[in-house]
Amino acid sequence: MYIQAAAGISPQRSFEAILTQPQNYNGNRLSCQEPDYAQLIDPRMIRRMSRIIKMGVAAAKECLREAGWEVPDAIITGTAYGCLADTELFLAKMIENKEELLTPTAFIQSTHNTVGAQIALLLKCHNYNNTFVHRGFSFESALLDAITLIKEEEISTALVGGVDEITPVSHAILSRFGLYRKEHTDSAALLNTPGKGTMAGEGALFFALSASPSGNDCAKLDDIYTFYKPADRGAVKEQILSFLQRNRLAVKDIDLVITGENGDVAGDAVYTALKTGVWGNAPAISFKQLCGEYPTATGFALWLAVHILHTGKVPGLSPATKPRRVLIYNHYQHIHHSIYLLTAC
Amino acid sequence: MLIKPVFIAGAGVISAIGNNVQQHLHALESGTAGMGNMTYLGSAHKHRLPVAEVKMSNEELAGLTGLPAHISRTALLSSVAAKEALLQSGMDDIQPWRTGFISANTVGGMDKTENFFVDFLKDNRKGRLRNVVHHECGAATEITANHLGIKNYVSTISTACSSSANAIFFGARLIRQDILDVVVAGGADALTKFTLNGFNTLMILDQQYCQPFDENRRGLNLGEGAGYIVMVSEKVASSLKKAPVCTLSGYCNANDAYHQTASSPDGTGSFLAMKGAMKKSGLQPGDIDYINLHGTGTQNNDIAEGTAIKLLFKDRFPKMSSTKSFTGHTLGASGGIEAVFSVLSIQHGMVYPNLRFETQMKELPFAPETVFSKGQPIRHVLSNSFGFGGNCSSLIFSKM
Repeated sequence: MYIQAAAGISPQRSFEAILTQPQNYNGNRLSCQEPDYAQLIDPRMIRRMSRIIKMGVAAAKECLREAGWEVPDAIITGTAYGCLADTELFLAKMIENKEELLTPTAFIQSTHNTVGAQIALLLKCHNYNNTFVHRGFSFESALLDAITLIKEEEISTALVGGVDEITPVSHAILSRFGLYRKEHTDSAALLNTPGKGTMAGEGALFFALSASPSGNDCAKLDDIYTFYKPADRGAVKEQILSFLQRNRLAVKDIDLVITGENGDVAGDAVYTALKTGVWGNAPAISFKQLCGEYPTATGFALWLAVHILHTGKVPGLSPATKPRRVLIYNHYQHIHHSIYLLTAC
Repeated sequence: MLIKPVFIAGAGVISAIGNNVQQHLHALESGTAGMGNMTYLGSAHKHRLPVAEVKMSNEELAGLTGLPAHISRTALLSSVAAKEALLQSGMDDIQPWRTGFISANTVGGMDKTENFFVDFLKDNRKGRLRNVVHHECGAATEITANHLGIKNYVSTISTACSSSANAIFFGARLIRQDILDVVVAGGADALTKFTLNGFNTLMILDQQYCQPFDENRRGLNLGEGAGYIVMVSEKVASSLKKAPVCTLSGYCNANDAYHQTASSPDGTGSFLAMKGAMKKSGLQPGDIDYINLHGTGTQNNDIAEGTAIKLLFKDRFPKMSSTKSFTGHTLGASGGIEAVFSVLSIQHGMVYPNLRFETQMKELPFAPETVFSKGQPIRHVLSNSFGFGGNCSSLIFSKM
């Protein structure tokens, strides 16, 4: 599986900016650096679009542009929360107006497949179109859908994205669940000051996946694997080792490990145990200080890995040689675990 | 490219016309529709809009499943039907197999969130958190997966009204590629004020009982429920005590790319989905014995779907009906529920009536079935599921 382009919108302006001057955030959330949408989307369409739709559509368009594709064989989106702002708007109006005098726009745009549907509409693309909405597996499911379609030769190209937003309402509710830091935190120091909770994040990252090499690919996605609710840390270790084994690799073959620490002591314990028990001295970086924590944050991790392999540069490290093989491991709330393996092209 | 079929070993369903497969068979044969006045959903439109509610309270559903009554009705409905599907498959133990649960829904735990939101709007420190903890679509799936003891793979799809058809064929692909051995797939959706009011703003809800594919159709009735099928690999199928019922032989997902909610007048997406599914199964239009229509009863859907059928089948039209005339439109569950009806159609040679049909649509050279029949030679059933966002999916089930 070849990745011809990886593009999107995140709390960081660009990969180059991460190398020179990553954007830091104070408080308990990292918000997307949004582009001037008027440059990317027809202004008549922008008017009706909520923020997540704009982010998703703009990210998808940029990815297609970088890949040099007109229309992909499939458009597959992963989003845990869907279009929250429109959902909240319709819900609030419905309650305030006691179910009377409502208008349809927010309802129409609240369905979880809106981003994927709007991309199809914009491209006039009649091809395969799917949306996965499974919490910390949303993005991984979308990728697996694309990979299995490619393996069956149903398609040869796919546009796959992970999209989630923070809204004031979702932030307020998730804060009450204790997900985020109570005290003000500097994102640059998030992982060095372990505490209770993390910082919220968001993003819209899209990937142009292709069955065959184009001669101009950014990276190769060799394998992806997810596992649900492992019994304990030992089971996580076992899954990672068997993943390496099925790819006929040992830890020494991995040039860079990218992991999903988020600053929450309880959640990060798994990563600490893996560092001593599995990775050892392998060069490793983490990514949630750059994008925050959200269910489809692995989209950002994959975007980061693709750019690392493409440029040979690693944020925060100065490797003697360009990394050729990268492994990503992430878990979302101890429930959804995912592993990715990529190689340079 | 022709595909390797996967085998259907079991089915489970709950809707306004019954709490299990047996009750559904009885209602479908006797022509008993599930619509009526709202009993469980506390909406301001109670006296104006009929709905097709599952005839059990959350407490009763909880009693049936052993799950707590305060969780989302979507998760309760999902657990009832998925459990039945697994029991029916005759698999005593799923543990030796790599088993997945792939579900679908459109609004997750919205039935609880909309209550939470009443208090939350007044003060964002208020509202019981247990009413919003299962808001995400994936949460209902996990409640059911945990209930069934399925852990190798769980996922959820949400493509509006085609959601569970997509879940079924994603599951089939995972079996064919030897990623899983057994997949329980389908979908669930509970009635919510959110969806009822949403569809009401679109002015596509019928104030009477719906009349799909009728010249004088007025719109749809919303329903609720869950439907799942158990798909197995050839290896698992050969280990089962009873032979599988049928196979999933074809499927296709296409996008209408016309409008966020409306279907194109010529039904481009529907046409591509049906045609693609037939190509996959290697069948010709003449091979299809029964079409379980998407048939919502709205002006727009029925003419788009009907036009696509007219184009595809030309002059030899198979028997067809919309079982939404029994169950109402169950949204994210409809593809799952109608997959179960398709499997039963093959199993018992049944064709279901399109209830309350009176006048043939003037644009179409065919009309749906109006009487129940069984013992028919039904070899191939086409099931359509089309949704907002232009998402169109068709499935084909075939006799073994």
